[in-house]
Amino acid sequence: MATQSSRAAARIMMAPAVFLLLVWMLVPLCMTLWFSVRDYRPLRGGDLGYVGLENFARFVSSSSFWPAIFTTLLIVGGVLLVSIVFGVLLAMLLDQPMWGQGIVRILVIAPFFVMPTVSALVWKNMFMDPTNGVFAHIWRAFGADPVVWLTDVPILSLVLIISWQWLPFATLILLTAFQSLDSEQLEAAEMDGASPLARFFFIALPHLSRAITIVILIQTIFLLAVFAEIFVTTGGAFGTRTLTYLIYQRVLESQNVGLGSAGGVYAIILANIVALFLMRIVGKNLDR
Amino acid sequence: MARAVSTQRKALNTAIAWIIGLLIFFPILWTILTSFKTEAEAIANPPVILFFDWTLENYGVVQERSNYMRFLWNSVIIAGGSTLLGILIAVPAAWSMAFVPSRRTKDILLWMLSTKMLPAVGVLYPIYLLCIQLGVLDNRVALVVILMLINLPIIVWMLYTYFREIPGEILEAARMDGAGLKEELLYVLTPMAIPGIASTILLNFILAWNEAFWTLNLTSVDAAPLTAFIASYSSPEGLFFAKLSAASTMAIAPILILGWFSQKQLVRGLTFGAVK
Repeated sequence: MATQSSRAAARIMMAPAVFLLLVWMLVPLCMTLWFSVRDYRPLRGGDLGYVGLENFARFVSSSSFWPAIFTTLLIVGGVLLVSIVFGVLLAMLLDQPMWGQGIVRILVIAPFFVMPTVSALVWKNMFMDPTNGVFAHIWRAFGADPVVWLTDVPILSLVLIISWQWLPFATLILLTAFQSLDSEQLEAAEMDGASPLARFFFIALPHLSRAITIVILIQTIFLLAVFAEIFVTTGGAFGTRTLTYLIYQRVLESQNVGLGSAGGVYAIILANIVALFLMRIVGKNLDR
Repeated sequence: MARAVSTQRKALNTAIAWIIGLLIFFPILWTILTSFKTEAEAIANPPVILFFDWTLENYGVVQERSNYMRFLWNSVIIAGGSTLLGILIAVPAAWSMAFVPSRRTKDILLWMLSTKMLPAVGVLYPIYLLCIQLGVLDNRVALVVILMLINLPIIVWMLYTYFREIPGEILEAARMDGAGLKEELLYVLTPMAIPGIASTILLNFILAWNEAFWTLNLTSVDAAPLTAFIASYSSPEGLFFAKLSAASTMAIAPILILGWFSQKQLVRGLTFGAVK
């Protein structure tokens, strides 16, 4: 089917997309690499010359580096844990016969469409506010002192907010996987006397493994870059500074572009390690 | 599931699922309800849930104070423009990769996806600087282009997976019946591709609408979309719950409605059909 002329036509049709993405990738990347080896401070005279790998060393040895890495891992890990565990349970529930399934599904999925700035603000003010928030009302109803969420348990609060946004995604994908589960196999196992727990662990869970991997990988990519939620809730205070946020502060707030760019290079490396795994899995799917 | 399920069991499932569904939806519901309250009722303790004097006052105040319509218009332009531009570039690319595959097609696809892994924060300053140099900081066209580039890999991938599912036999059958290239494209391929293109458009519009990192950092006044409009409520002044709720409702309503229509495509779109 592919003749010489259709190949040529295909190349021309692909060219704009390939060219644009190449430029989009290379230009900023090269600039970031360039800045990362220079002492570049726009507010203090601009480019102050070549400094070698000093920025890289300074970024890693700064007192905020490891806490930022730790916070990033806590948030990513926490949200993943919540969305996988509850995603599996929710998907299992939604897969059962019930009345109004379509409506329940819509209710569960809705948070995914809420823009991150809105969801962070609504949670911060209307739920986590220590005097007028819904949680404060509930705590007081039980005679307890309201929790000052964003200062007392900042990471937990952020994990809660971000999980609320990402649980729908995990649920939706796991539900799709559940629906393709072979019910005959389950019935056969049931007849052979396998307990519901055994059926879950030995049949359902292995069947879901592919979907779970995809949820983990896609969410990790997005969660490593979480920004808006921190921007409008704590602004990076109270130990909620992730690697992304730390770089953002270095570059835009303290206007130390060289240092921030070195951080950016680290972030790019980190994301690409994660991406490598993603590519393998998605790539396998292409061969099907 | 072909198994018969007792009504009792079904009722129990229904009850649990509805309770959990409503719990998850509650923040959105609460925001919408609060937007119709007066400020006093919005912070009443204990909270009033349904029996309050419904008012539209907050919506009026929000519009008056910050010109909601301008932000909305920016969101529509930026999300719509970037989606449209992306589709125009991606359709030919995905089309040729799906129908004229070569040995390198897979590598190109994977490479395209890899640009998605470039953390935005890592390249923020270069883009920021370029925007200043080109005089397009806080400019809608610049955001259209940037968001288009961010979503382009996803658009190409989605379209590719959709196009690949168009069976080649149908094409051959059409050719046997004497269809030329024009008929083939117009009457055979296009009708089969339209549903895929439509859901790609929908999903990318949603992604662009909600994108916050670039819009927050590259806009201030002229090109600021709803994501930035809402962020302006993060100041202590925004602690007026009813007004914050009205603003939030106005920001999410269009996309919530659109999202509900596209939920079926969402799974395929976001996982490139890897989960069936």
